[in-house]
Amino acid sequence: MLPPAAIACEVREGRQCVRLSGHWTLAALPPSLAALEARLCELAATPVDWDLSGVARLDSAGALLLWRAWGRRWPEVVAVPEAHCLVLMRAESVPPPLPPVAGRRPPLLVAGRAALIVGSHLRDLVALAGQLLLDLVWLFANPRQLPLREFSATLYKSGARALPVTALVGFLIGVVVSYLSSLQLKLFGAEVFIVNILGMSIIRELGPVLVAVLVAGRSGSAMTAQIGVMRVTEEIDALATMGVSRSLRLVLPKVAALALAMPLLVVWCSAAGIVGGLVAANLQLDLSWGFFIETLPRVVPLPNLWIGLAKGLVFGLLIGLVACHFGLRVKPNTESLSTMTTSSVVSSITIVILADAVFAILTRNVGLPL
Amino acid sequence: MSAAPRPPEAERFPSPAEVAGGQPAAAPPVVDIRGVWTCFGGTVVHQDLDLVVRRGELLGLVGSSGSGKTTLLREVVGLLRPSRGEVRLFGLPILDADPDARREVRRRFGVLFQHGALFSALPVFDNIAFPLRELKRLDEAMIRDLVLMKMAMVELGPEMAGLMPAELSGGMVKRVALARALALEPELLVLDEPTAGLDPDRSENFVKLIRTLQRELDFTVIMVTHDLATLAGLASRVAALSDGRVVANGTLEEVMAVDHPFTRSFFASLRQPALCGSRR
Repeated sequence: MLPPAAIACEVREGRQCVRLSGHWTLAALPPSLAALEARLCELAATPVDWDLSGVARLDSAGALLLWRAWGRRWPEVVAVPEAHCLVLMRAESVPPPLPPVAGRRPPLLVAGRAALIVGSHLRDLVALAGQLLLDLVWLFANPRQLPLREFSATLYKSGARALPVTALVGFLIGVVVSYLSSLQLKLFGAEVFIVNILGMSIIRELGPVLVAVLVAGRSGSAMTAQIGVMRVTEEIDALATMGVSRSLRLVLPKVAALALAMPLLVVWCSAAGIVGGLVAANLQLDLSWGFFIETLPRVVPLPNLWIGLAKGLVFGLLIGLVACHFGLRVKPNTESLSTMTTSSVVSSITIVILADAVFAILTRNVGLPL
Repeated sequence: MSAAPRPPEAERFPSPAEVAGGQPAAAPPVVDIRGVWTCFGGTVVHQDLDLVVRRGELLGLVGSSGSGKTTLLREVVGLLRPSRGEVRLFGLPILDADPDARREVRRRFGVLFQHGALFSALPVFDNIAFPLRELKRLDEAMIRDLVLMKMAMVELGPEMAGLMPAELSGGMVKRVALARALALEPELLVLDEPTAGLDPDRSENFVKLIRTLQRELDFTVIMVTHDLATLAGLASRVAALSDGRVVANGTLEEVMAVDHPFTRSFFASLRQPALCGSRR
């Protein structure tokens, strides 16, 4: 058992003397240091002699406690065994705390900094897209350098393995839209228009946006995290030293594979959505299967499918670009990795919805049944 | 009325252990590895291994790669449970069922990982302050002073406090990791390849630093190293691991003298000059 810290006051040769003994270490000091520190400060307030010769062990915490109680200077009379001198001298060399700097930044500075950050993101995104374009041109001249393995790996991971979840989500959304719309349509006796509503909304809007959200969450985050960890572990630098371009080997196959996989997933998801709507309409409105299939091409002109496919392509490009962009911005620490992965998913979904709005405006006169 | 003179009553400030009810007074060995077997799948890494480290010793563990040195170290610090046998630190089982007892033991040793294992999201200051804050006994002003003191101990200036681990050189990472390992003034310091990745000059400085701090703070050291210079500069005792057992245990000279295939090849480079000298 360690003898705990102890303080004794006595009068020696007519002078007040404080004698310390026991173990003055972090492990042996009492759980609450406040009482001990208060007592020491109280003793140090009057001029007394200090005798540390009884102290068996003094660690940095104990030394600091004394040093602070002494007001960060040596008392006039103090007896310190040689063994404890060094640690007290270390405590002496700790600089006194600086007064805290006034915190709050002016709002203009905060806004300006945020604008600069957004600007730097945009600049990097454009630079990355430009680099990909240059890589593509270069690949035409050097087709042997085509990163086909990486391309097919991403196609499989982000495309083929996303089939079940996109089908499930598409089917369920189809059921929900069909069910809700049929309730409204029944009021007006316009049940047959369920085909128009389902066809237009799913093929033109819901299919592409749903797949984009799923892919951004599923594959975009994975890409950001993968490239980010490669940054942290210096794998990207290793690639660079082997003369492998990171944009060509890492970014391009991912963006290209997503641009190919997304339109296919959109068709798949829209089909599942139509089937879901069909099932619900059949149950809810007694609409026959044959009627639905027959009416669909008539009320949803072909351009709608092209719009859906084009959206898939553009969304795929955007998600891939944003994911790789944020991955390349990861700083070598865990906090940055998590922040960038979050930003990647949030930004891709936001950008996809922005692009969707632009599509809606540009194609407002295309593909509507007359 | 008895008027016997009484010595002045000392005010006592009981320690947490005393408040909690105290513990045995005898001083058991710092590390006590008893009959440890470690098996991964079919491979046996340690066979009935015994090793004792006493207070104040600096034990260097050597062994060919794959001989289970780092595994043994992981068992000592309680990251891995041996298949059979027991590891005791300060006479207490490191894998005690009681979480409070376990935490108590874990506060009494510090570990310096091979690559530092600094928290990459925290600056140097917060890395060192982390174990101190976890104690929940110290106020922020005290923590600040303690951290600056530890940084001075490992010869880092206060201007380093705000740097992130990614901005540090290899030698500085080791220093910060050492300061963090020493933050709670441990009785045992566990070093995994303390000088790996440092150039000879820095490695020598780091060994010197550990030696100085060991003399000053009087902790026990158990370390794994491949580096003969580190071994010669730091270890007061060497244990050689081979085929799952300790094949040699003693001072560096004693271990070098042991005739075993591993020690022969491991210390070959050290013996070479001696052989040349005797031939001449």
